[in-house]
Amino acid sequence: MSSRMFVALCLAPLLIVAAAFFVLPLARLVVVGASGPDGAAAYLAILTEPRYRESLVATVILAVATTVATLITATIVGLFVQRHDFPGRSVLVALLTFPLALPGVVVGFMIILLAGRQGLIGEVARALTGQRLVFAYAAGGLFLGYLYFSIPRVILTIMASVEKLDPQVEEAARALGAGAWAVHRDVILPALVPAFIASGAICFATAMGAFGTAFTLATRTDVLPMVIYTEFTLNANFAMAAALSVGLGIVTWAALAVSRSAAGTSVAAAG
Amino acid sequence: MTANGKGVSLRLENCAKTYPGGIQVLSPMTLEIARGETVVLLGPSGCGKTTTLRIIAGLIQPDHGGRVLFDGVDVTSVPIEKRNVGMVFQSYALFPNMTVAGNIGYGLKIRHVPKAERRKRVDAMMQLVGIDTLHDRRVDQLSGGQRQRVALARAVACQPRVLLLDEPLTALDASLRDRLRTDLNQLFRSLGITTIYVTHDQGEAMALGDRIVVMTKGTIAQVGTPDEIYFRPANRFVAEFIGAANILEGPLQSEVMLLPGGQLHIDGGRTGDTAVAMVRPEAIGIVSPDGASWTGRIQTKIFLGDRLRLTVAEAATSAIVVDASNRLVVQVGDRVGLTVPNGSVRLLTS
Amino acid sequence: MIAARLPVALQAAFTVLVTAFLIVPAVMSMLAGVTVQYSRGLSSGLTLEWVVEVWTLYSDTILRSVLIALATLGCTLTIGVPAAYGLQVTGGRIARVIEEIITLPLAIPGLAIALGMIITYGGVGSFRQSSLFILAGHVVFTMPFMIRSVMAVLGVIDLDTLDESAASLGASRWQRFIDVVVPNAIPGILAGSLTVVTLSLGEFNLTWMLHTPLTKTLPVGLADSYASMRLEIASAYTLIFFVLLVPLLAAMQFAARNRATRGRQ
Repeated sequence: MSSRMFVALCLAPLLIVAAAFFVLPLARLVVVGASGPDGAAAYLAILTEPRYRESLVATVILAVATTVATLITATIVGLFVQRHDFPGRSVLVALLTFPLALPGVVVGFMIILLAGRQGLIGEVARALTGQRLVFAYAAGGLFLGYLYFSIPRVILTIMASVEKLDPQVEEAARALGAGAWAVHRDVILPALVPAFIASGAICFATAMGAFGTAFTLATRTDVLPMVIYTEFTLNANFAMAAALSVGLGIVTWAALAVSRSAAGTSVAAAG
Repeated sequence: MTANGKGVSLRLENCAKTYPGGIQVLSPMTLEIARGETVVLLGPSGCGKTTTLRIIAGLIQPDHGGRVLFDGVDVTSVPIEKRNVGMVFQSYALFPNMTVAGNIGYGLKIRHVPKAERRKRVDAMMQLVGIDTLHDRRVDQLSGGQRQRVALARAVACQPRVLLLDEPLTALDASLRDRLRTDLNQLFRSLGITTIYVTHDQGEAMALGDRIVVMTKGTIAQVGTPDEIYFRPANRFVAEFIGAANILEGPLQSEVMLLPGGQLHIDGGRTGDTAVAMVRPEAIGIVSPDGASWTGRIQTKIFLGDRLRLTVAEAATSAIVVDASNRLVVQVGDRVGLTVPNGSVRLLTS
Repeated sequence: MIAARLPVALQAAFTVLVTAFLIVPAVMSMLAGVTVQYSRGLSSGLTLEWVVEVWTLYSDTILRSVLIALATLGCTLTIGVPAAYGLQVTGGRIARVIEEIITLPLAIPGLAIALGMIITYGGVGSFRQSSLFILAGHVVFTMPFMIRSVMAVLGVIDLDTLDESAASLGASRWQRFIDVVVPNAIPGILAGSLTVVTLSLGEFNLTWMLHTPLTKTLPVGLADSYASMRLEIASAYTLIFFVLLVPLLAAMQFAARNRATRGRQ
């Protein structure tokens, strides 16, 4: 057997599976998206139809807010954990990254336990103010859920980048008279920018496409994945659901593609 | 050339290599290697020596028209795994998932040699290269020199038709390199396998090669025994690449070259405009300037222990290097006479 | 001195707060799963009643998920490991394009992929209604993790030279793959396997769309229990999921640490 044939044989099963269960379905999705009463114009509905546009805007705002909050949180925590050695550090890291493997549905349940009708935050609030605080089922709950989902991922990326920083650059800055704050502002944070771009894009794409969390919280905020789901199951509007999900796919893919050209990695946008 | 050598005789016919994009790394070359001979391919990086080795191995196909023959049989289209060649890589490429014995016995296992026989051969190989205590050691626990020996034992365990070595000592430090060079020389003599050895180190080439093939820019500059290459370089490239060489340029009048510092006798010289000649630093003697036909002025003096290295100005168009006795008493600025024994100057085609 | 310490103390406090945010609800759900009555707290007593009830209600979904995860692992191993090798030795533009395509499922929401699969294969009833439909989705979604994990390891070892050296000793392509490539890719295969199983067990976005009433998986059952069961049962079910997940996560951390210390040697 020639070596070229062996390599082809190695790749063939992958190509067949990818073609049958990914490329072909995606192609059909694009075709079906244009098969509704409006034809290819359905692809513009995400921008022109007020209901869809509002949902898109709300989803983008939520995703951007999640990204910004996650980056700030994860940077503070990641810097602290990576830069300090203390007893139980590895346990803390394990705890911080445990939610990494939780699917969106379970994350939704975690938020219900925190901020739902029988939630911890509500109990604490009642004890303090006499007023129950319940926000799991609104935009606040979704935001908290996305944070819960994204923080572990971004912490890992930030920690890896902090580990790679050259301590001598920092020492050089200090030798030049820079204080702790100036070192952070002028040396550490600029060096982490690639990590911010990469993990921020993943965070954004994940929040855009997250379905499980929104599904569990049955939220009153209509995020785009929920709209697609509703179109598909309740309204049986296959064409519109297809068109909208193609639009959503393009947004998440573009976010990751842009960041990858800046940072060189891509990770799951699952949720 | 050992007459009773093992392995095959080897012939490269018109072997060239052009990569897509039209870059020719090897011009068509023809080379004959006798059975049992050790041939060193020597040259600077990018000269085509590794490409030549990989063509012999079967890792690279020569351009159309090129042929590789083992004992007169065309093996050009035989893939490497069927050629029965032994190969030692620069990085050794030991299999990290196998023990030392597993590595050495791998080729025998592929050839379905029974286990008992395999163990005997592996043990013999380990003895041969002097690592018989390392049997079950993991590869990542070995030192550089030990890895090199394992790689060698692995390559020769199957009694290959040709042994191919690609810069096998480059990854080691200098003192170890010198020691292994001697060991390798003995090993090649005792194995008697046809061996092709690629290196950029002229010391290695001199020590190991029955013949040396000096290469530059994808072509053969000269093929010859070590002393032919050293004393009778075919051209300026070989002269300057092998050892230290003083290149002298000046008009010739019959057998005499006219130089700024006087005259130099050259055997077989013929009257012409300008000629280029080569003389080795150790071939030049320092004498009193009185009555000498060629003189110069000492510019620098470095004591190297075993000899005194002088640079002498005003003798030729540029300063020349002279290796003198370590007992010689001279001062910088002294005027000295220079002598060269008959036959030590070689005219070059430039 | 105090001025310099203060930010660090704040940082530490913030880290503790974030850790609490991530861990407290998980602990709460585990406790709720074994508490007699959640609203009355632990003082109502501990019980395994809810866990048993979850098992009677949902054991089929749990077993199906485990089977699908193992089948997904089987597929990603048999397809992904040779493919990773193939991509590594092919290199160049073709390999990059293929890699780009097969990693696309990570960048596109599962919802969209599931919709496409339903539109394409919805008419093939026997396939649509079997667990194989879900398996196909999981394989597409987890494949890039296996392939990348293996390729990462193959990229670190000098694969080309090892391959050439085995070839020079007479090994055929197939022998080289079995004797040299696979054994040296083990760390990557192991890490990839753990990731694949973990992801498959927890996969919801695709599976929710692809499942039928007869092919519910663990996360589908979870969503079902969150929506329709009392909090204690939902918690007990989550607890079972954690019990499945924690050994996998521990193994993953162990493997990663092992690799890190080996790399330092």
